[in-house]
Amino acid sequence: MARYIIKRLVLLIVIILFVSVAAFFLVHLLPGDPATTILGPNATAQNVATINKELGLNKPLWQQYFIWMGHVLQGNLGQSFTTHQSTTTIISESFPIDLELIIFSQIIAFAIAFPMAMRAARRPNKLFDQASNGTTFAFLALPPFVIAPVLVLVFAVHWHVFPGPASYVPLTQNFWSNIHTMLLPSIVLALGGIVVYFRLLRNDLISTLQEDFITMARSKGLSDRRVMWRHALRPSSISMLASAGVTIGTLIAGTFVVELLLQMPGLGYQLVASVNQDDYTVVQGITLVVAIAIVLINFIFDFLFTIVDPRIARE
Amino acid sequence: MSSVSLTEPTNEAFADIKEELAAEAAADVTKKKLGVFFWICASWIVLVTALAITANLLPLHDPTLGNYNWPQNGGPSWNNWLGTDDLYRDILSRLIYGARISLIVGFGGALLGLVIGGIPAMFSAYRRGRVDTILNTGSYIFLAFPALVAVIAIVSFWKPSNVWKITLIIGVFGAPLIFRIVRAATLSYATRDFVLAAKALGASDSRILAREILPNIMPTIISFFLIAVATIIVLEGTLAFLGLSVSPPTPSWGNMLNEGSQLLVGAKGQTNVWLVIFPATAMFLLLFSLNVIADKLRAYFDVTEIKL
Repeated sequence: MARYIIKRLVLLIVIILFVSVAAFFLVHLLPGDPATTILGPNATAQNVATINKELGLNKPLWQQYFIWMGHVLQGNLGQSFTTHQSTTTIISESFPIDLELIIFSQIIAFAIAFPMAMRAARRPNKLFDQASNGTTFAFLALPPFVIAPVLVLVFAVHWHVFPGPASYVPLTQNFWSNIHTMLLPSIVLALGGIVVYFRLLRNDLISTLQEDFITMARSKGLSDRRVMWRHALRPSSISMLASAGVTIGTLIAGTFVVELLLQMPGLGYQLVASVNQDDYTVVQGITLVVAIAIVLINFIFDFLFTIVDPRIARE
Repeated sequence: MSSVSLTEPTNEAFADIKEELAAEAAADVTKKKLGVFFWICASWIVLVTALAITANLLPLHDPTLGNYNWPQNGGPSWNNWLGTDDLYRDILSRLIYGARISLIVGFGGALLGLVIGGIPAMFSAYRRGRVDTILNTGSYIFLAFPALVAVIAIVSFWKPSNVWKITLIIGVFGAPLIFRIVRAATLSYATRDFVLAAKALGASDSRILAREILPNIMPTIISFFLIAVATIIVLEGTLAFLGLSVSPPTPSWGNMLNEGSQLLVGAKGQTNVWLVIFPATAMFLLLFSLNVIADKLRAYFDVTEIKL
């Protein structure tokens, strides 16, 4: 167990180093001289010098990396060239939106997947099971960028059930309006989670329900409901809960899509805006922070489930 | 299942085993059907591919040039079967040309991933040793790297983006996953008796991999290849929706959805229902068909989930 955790910890550090090196070298993908690309052709020599100094472009590469890393570790991710805001400020102002979307969508996904899987597993291959299997299979072909515009078209533009784009209200301003604006994008993001959670829980439940201890519980005369809730559910939900960490990467992609579509100023919205304005330090900063966040979340989930289910470490 | 020729059991005790084998064979026969649904989905993909390839030869309107005699954001009509967009361009023609992007990036990226991930994986799993350990750990590290974020970052820095660049980037980032799948599949055959027999006959490593192992892992590769194609098409579509894939006026389903969505926002004063509905439907049908085919093939070939 301890060995497993240490091994994962070493891997985590290697991955974060790898991510930081990759993010650092991004600037060098820019065609030609980064400073002139960033400032445009009309840059003064002084501005070029400032940029070169800021990005440390006049020093050897390995030194540049360590200087940059030093700044990053102090929370200095550079400054936006268009708004002159610091990247750290932009990120800290926009990430709550992503966080809220992720949490909200996962609550919806679990709230739907749990009862659906329990109902389906009770009678495998019968009508309800087949219907929910088929529906979730179709969800697989509905990534956020396909379903989100359609849902906005139907529910916001035509029926006005949900507010349309550009009507985001911060949580601190008005709780209920915020929830109202968050509902549609969260449903979009929940679809992907429902597929994964439903399938894993259903399959695990079906195999758990064939175990001896379930037969034992049944023969004691326990009701179906009690057998399901008290005996079958817990051992069956581990792989489903573990998958929640792994799907975080795809979820982030989804949040970017809905933020752009509904013009909510989250990380994805800021990222795309910065890309379009050639605001490279912001792009670099957001990339680094999001990548490390995903790696860390994966690690934490891994770690938690090693504690919950020690068999994972032994594999 | 490879068919093993058994000598007829003469002993009475073998009678029930024989019966069991017969029942198994019968079950195999009923299972070995792909079903009508599979063929419908396969034909759909063939049709879309054929349309995309022959787009230049078809009597289509210019996909990038609008005609001001047509209505702006018009609905389906005799002249424009699927309507027109806000730049007076024919949606049907843009959809058919746009299929090219999804198909090139999807199949090209998956193929590239197969070449740079799959071939090393077979050698690595067959020869084992230090190289295998290094490649294996490397693929782990690479997989933990959030691919979408990396792809977005690279695309936004490495300008201008075109379909080949996108294919290259996605193919490279898909390679570690394919490496793991092919490696796991190869491992399960690398120590089988028939491989040992081939080795004893003096066959070279490449020959054993190509003639003994590859045919056996082919079903796994094909099923996962199609899943990879679908995943990559989603990735490209997401990039295009974010405005980071091929640049306009070149049509792709993702950037058509993006254009349709921008009209929904109402910034331009009108909405175009068709510019959302048609690309979304096209994307759904393509992804759905790929998923169905992969799913049915997996059941047909009896590919069990591999522990990665």
